[in-house]
Formats: sequence, structure tokens, C-alpha cells
Amino acid sequence: MSANPSPDTVFPHRHLLGIEGLRAGEITQILDLANGYVEQNRRTVKKSSLLDGRTLVNLFFENSTRTRTSFELAGKRLGADVINMSSDGSSVKKGETLIDTAMTLNAMHLDALVVRHADSGAVKLLADKVNCSVINAGDGHHEHPTQALLDALAIRRRLGRLDGLIVAICGDILHSRVARSNIHLLNAMGARVRCVAPPTLLPSQIERLGVEVHHSMKAGLKDADVVMMLRLQTERMSGQYIPSTREYFYFYGLDYEKLEVAKPDAVIMHPGPMNRGVEIDSDVADDLKRSMILEQVEMGVAVRMAVLDLLTRERRNAQQ
Amino acid sequence: MTSRVAYLNARLLDPATGLDQRADLLTEDGRIADFGPNLFGGATPAGTEAVDLAGLCLAPGLVDMRVLIGEPGEEEKDTIKSASRAAVAGGITAMALLPNTDPVLDEVAGLEFVAHRAREVKLVKVFAYASATRGTEGNEITEMGLLARAGAVAFTDGIKAIASAKTMRRALSYAKTFDKLIVQHPEEPSLASGGMMNSGEIATRLGLVGIPREAEIIMIERDLRLAELTGGRLHFAHVTTGESVDLIRRAKARGLRVTCDTAPHYFALTETDVGDYRTYAKVSPPLRGEMDRRAVVEGLADGTIDAIASDHVPQDQDQKRLPFAQAACGVIGLETLFPLTLELVHKGKMSLLDALACVTSKPAAILDLPVGRIVKGGPADLVAFDLDTPWRIDVEGFRSKSKNSPFENRPVQGRPLRTIVDGRTVWQAEG
Repeated sequence: MSANPSPDTVFPHRHLLGIEGLRAGEITQILDLANGYVEQNRRTVKKSSLLDGRTLVNLFFENSTRTRTSFELAGKRLGADVINMSSDGSSVKKGETLIDTAMTLNAMHLDALVVRHADSGAVKLLADKVNCSVINAGDGHHEHPTQALLDALAIRRRLGRLDGLIVAICGDILHSRVARSNIHLLNAMGARVRCVAPPTLLPSQIERLGVEVHHSMKAGLKDADVVMMLRLQTERMSGQYIPSTREYFYFYGLDYEKLEVAKPDAVIMHPGPMNRGVEIDSDVADDLKRSMILEQVEMGVAVRMAVLDLLTRERRNAQQ
Repeated sequence: MTSRVAYLNARLLDPATGLDQRADLLTEDGRIADFGPNLFGGATPAGTEAVDLAGLCLAPGLVDMRVLIGEPGEEEKDTIKSASRAAVAGGITAMALLPNTDPVLDEVAGLEFVAHRAREVKLVKVFAYASATRGTEGNEITEMGLLARAGAVAFTDGIKAIASAKTMRRALSYAKTFDKLIVQHPEEPSLASGGMMNSGEIATRLGLVGIPREAEIIMIERDLRLAELTGGRLHFAHVTTGESVDLIRRAKARGLRVTCDTAPHYFALTETDVGDYRTYAKVSPPLRGEMDRRAVVEGLADGTIDAIASDHVPQDQDQKRLPFAQAACGVIGLETLFPLTLELVHKGKMSLLDALACVTSKPAAILDLPVGRIVKGGPADLVAFDLDTPWRIDVEGFRSKSKNSPFENRPVQGRPLRTIVDGRTVWQAEG
């Protein structure tokens, strides 16, 4: 890892809107820095003063508890003032456009803005108009970069590497920004990525993103090092993509039987929140030896601290 | 008093007859009185205004068969006046308006309103479609006979497909009574609904809901069967895929009464122009891939695609400065139709006369309009243009009220310099 930039190097991007376009070295830089924050978060006193006097706004146009809390915690642990804005009750509901929202935010002199929006590309539209750094916390079906980074950090810490691993991403890939970000990240880091889903839940020409496509869990999970389960996003579905959750669980729900073909020490991941008995069996989800679901949550805070640190670094240096 | 204008030393082009020669042309009281080489033997007769074109091209004015404007209903986007000003600046002397206004043009009164406004503005010749179904709702067919009498050039639900096969069959069948054309927006709505761009790798990367090419292909296959069943006249608007072109090519070879058009964005752009969520490249049907773009150019070159229409759909900033999913579809096209059509000539894809035919005589013939040709006694609807001078598209200078063009700053060659409607110069380039 010595060829990669040190954690102190200035990060060459103003925003984090997606993983697509990031280089392996830049991803490694984020992960290395985040690794340090994992240690900070395990201490009794978790707070530092890196972002003292800085303002972070969480702007969520879609409901979210875990991602918003994770960013809030990350900001506060770095000493920033964190404000949460959600679309309920805000002027957005009253018909204000994204461009107007951006102008309002500019007048508040923010240092960083975390945005989640139901439409692909909406976060970029905002980022083009605001003066601060923007972190995409999920836009439509497009990207959710910090989720992919926290997944990568969890894998790296458990299995020691990303390069050469076989990672099976299973389930509702069509509606998943998590899947897209993970595909870009894992490919950039040299992993072999498989997508496992019924054709109705796969986006068109997904293989062009550099993945193997499987329609059966048996073939898709064979010799896998990592099994990433995705939540069946019934709330995003317009129309019917699967006949029933019962049938879905039978063919695509992760249980010990399907897991048998994976590597013996294969780990299981899920971005949460889980639909137990739909895409994942409870016994598997709660298996402390294999399930990394709680570690993912822990890594989430560390990765978001690292991203906030890196994106604000250039301006912090300039003001020193 | 008789008004006579002599256009001297023109490169006179008439795609309908294949005329391309150095000639003069005389207009008299709004009609073409005469034309030919050295018409005046060097001396223009007294009482005639002489315009020396010094070798510039002179051709029939453009006939744009697919224009949407906001009047009545959405005048902030474009009015008959603003669109007329844009049209004549784009070399267009006749345009056919889609019925997707508010209210929909499905009643005689609506057509009369449009005709009245057009007379007031009096720049470009304005024709109008009437909707094929009431309210463009796809259920009941309109009073086609009465609407045709009131001037409807053809029947279409415009930007909406006539989705029901039963309704389409009735419309094709009934319109035959008056020998009128049905124009279809070929896109199966149940496959396209919720879609934002062409289905494929780029849509997948951007996380946008795709519209499969098959939505268009299926509708064309279906409607060709219905045209065969009914013997009705059918026209497909803006075809965008290679298979669409193939299907129509074969149907024509079988002798079906079918025609089609495309728009400049379908031969000049591809889905990659959506880039990073550029809403100006959001159109319906969506921009396709490079192979389809090439097939559309081929279809134009071999004559399968009869016409090029601007497919002018004005949208104001509020409708475009939105997340891609929420942004409205459409590009303005009145002032880019001509230079983008000439691009096909400069790139060697089509001869000048063939390209001009796609924007003059052929669309006029499809809609049965008495324009788009240079004939003695015919209307003096003409455009004088420069074929070669390079310039860059400057959307800010456009006359349309809306500025939604993906062609900003595109280098093009050739532009209209003078537009003549019924013998009257309605627009002239500055300088």
C-alpha cells in the first residue's frame, strides 16, 4: 500500500457524488483513513476537534434513519455542528425547486452537505449549484458511495484484501444504488463481481459494468468469498417484478442451504434494513461468525468521518 | 398594384423536379410567375424589384410537419407569434402544429382559433393537425370529417401514442372516408411508462429507468398490420431505431400506404449526449445508441424515411432545470432544422436535393399541402440560403420563447438568409 497517497494527502475531488470515476488509489486513501477512525470511535472519548466551528447539513428528501444517524454521528465526532433537514415540513414540500434550495443553502454558508434524494442525478444537480462539498447519501437508483466504501472497509478488515475476491451481489439490483456503487468500487479494486437475481430485477446490460450475471443462487454463490444481500425495495417498484415474496425467498432468499456452495468462511453482508424471511433467513442474518451486518454499521460512521475529513481538507489547509 | 420581385443569379433548387441550375425567378402577387436561366436577358423589366442573389441557393421554403407550441394554454413556452418568428428565421415557410394544446385541438373552434391567430401574425403559413381521439384520450375518435373541412391537415394524438389497437383500427378506417392521414407517435405506452431514456448500459449506469427500443418497434409492427387491414393511410412520426426503418422499408416494398419522418436529434445525437443527466437531451422517444443513429441516416439516404421534421417542443427553464426523472421531454428545433439537415449533405450522407426534399416537397406531399415546390403559378414560398459558411449554433439568439436546445455551440455549415412567404420577404438575415 506504500504506492498509495498517504492519509494526509489532499483529496482531488470537491464532492463525493459516486464511486464511478474514483481511482483505486483514491478509494484506498479513504479506506486507510477510515481505518484510523474505527479506532477513534472505539475509545471512551470519541470526539475530536477537526471540524470545530464547521457546519454540516443532512438534507434528506427520502426517509432514512440509519444513514442520516450515521452521518450525524460522523459529523459530531469530528466536532462539526450538524443540522438535519428532511423534506417533511420543509419548503421542498411546498414546491421549492432544488435550485432554489441550493441558493438558500448557500446563504447559510455550509461546509458540507449530505444529500439523499429519490431521483437519480438530483444530488449532482444540487452539487453544481452549491458552494460547499456535497456527499451523495443515495440518489435514486444511481449511487450510494459511502455504503460501498463501508462495505469495502468491512471486507478488507475481515478478509485482509479486496483484490481477487469473488463477491456475489444478490437480489434487487434493478432498484439498487448500493449495488451500482459496489460494482464500481469492487471492480476498481480488482475483485470479481457477480450479480445474482431473476432477470426482472436486473437492469438492462448490467454485464457491461463488468459483472458476471447469474439467475440461480447455486451458480452465483459458488466459491464466493462475500455474499451481499440486497433489500427487496418493494416501495420503489412500479408494478410486479416477482410473483410473491414467498416464491422469491424460495429461490433467492439466503439460507444455509444456498450458502453451502460458497467458500466455507464466506461472509454475509446486508445494507439494511433487512426483510427477514424475504431476502435473508433470520438464522443466517444473526450468525455472528458469518454475518457482518453490525460491523457494516460500525464501519459506516468511520467511513463517513474519513470522507468529511478528506473533502474539507483543502479548505481547512487554506485557512490555517 | 401588381408587386413583382425578380431574384437574379440564384442557384435554383427544386427537389420535386430535380432542378439545380443557375437561374432567375420572378414572383408576381405572391406567386411564382416564371423562372429559368437568364430570364430577363440582363435587364429586369420596369416596375420590378430586383434582388441579386449572386450565386446563393434559392429553394422552396421549408415545410416543418411537426411543431408543438403552447398556444392555446401554455403561452409562456411559445406562442404562434414567437414560433412563427423562429420558423421564418429558420427558413421555414409552412408548419403543421400538433393538437396537444390546452384545450386539445379536437374541435372546429380550436382550428379556427389557430387559423385566426396565424392570420394576425402573418409570417409563416400555419397548418394544424386535429387530434385523432377526443382530448387525445385514446378512446373516441374525433369528428374527422368536420375537422378536415375546417382545415385539419391530418389526425394525430401528437406527443401521445394511440395506444388501443381497436381505436387505431377505427381511426385508420374512418379517416379513409376523407382520404386523411393518421400520424402515430409509435411508442407502446405500457412498455415505455416511467421511462426516462433509452434502455441500456448508459441508463443502467445513471440509474435511470430505461425505455426499450422494442416499445417503438412493437407499435410500428402492430400499426403496419392495422394499416394493411384497413387500407388506411398511416404516417409514423420520429422513427429512431434500425428495426423501425427496416419494418417500414419492407412495408413500402409491399405497397402499403405508409410514410415516416425523423427529427434532427435522432440523426445528430445519441444517448451518450444525455451525459451527466443533461435534461436538454431528454426527448420522447428517447435518443438511441450509435447503431440506431446510423440506421436512421441510412433510412434517410435510401428514402425509407420520407421527411425530417423539427419536432419542436418548447419547454421553459422550470421544466428542464429539474432532476432528470422529473424534467419534461422535448427540444426546440425551428431554427436548427435547416443547418442540421444540411449537416447530412456536408457529411456526404445525402445529396443537397435529396436532403431538401425531406424538408420541402416530401412533407408537403405527405400532408397534401400545395407548397414545397417551385412551379409556375404556385405560391412563392422560398428560402434563399448560404450552403457553406460555418457558424456556431447560438441558442440565446433564437426567437422561440424557450431555449431548450441540446445543440448550443454546435458547429454547423450553411444558413437561411432570406425567407419569402407568398412573395413577401418575411425575414432577412442582418448584415
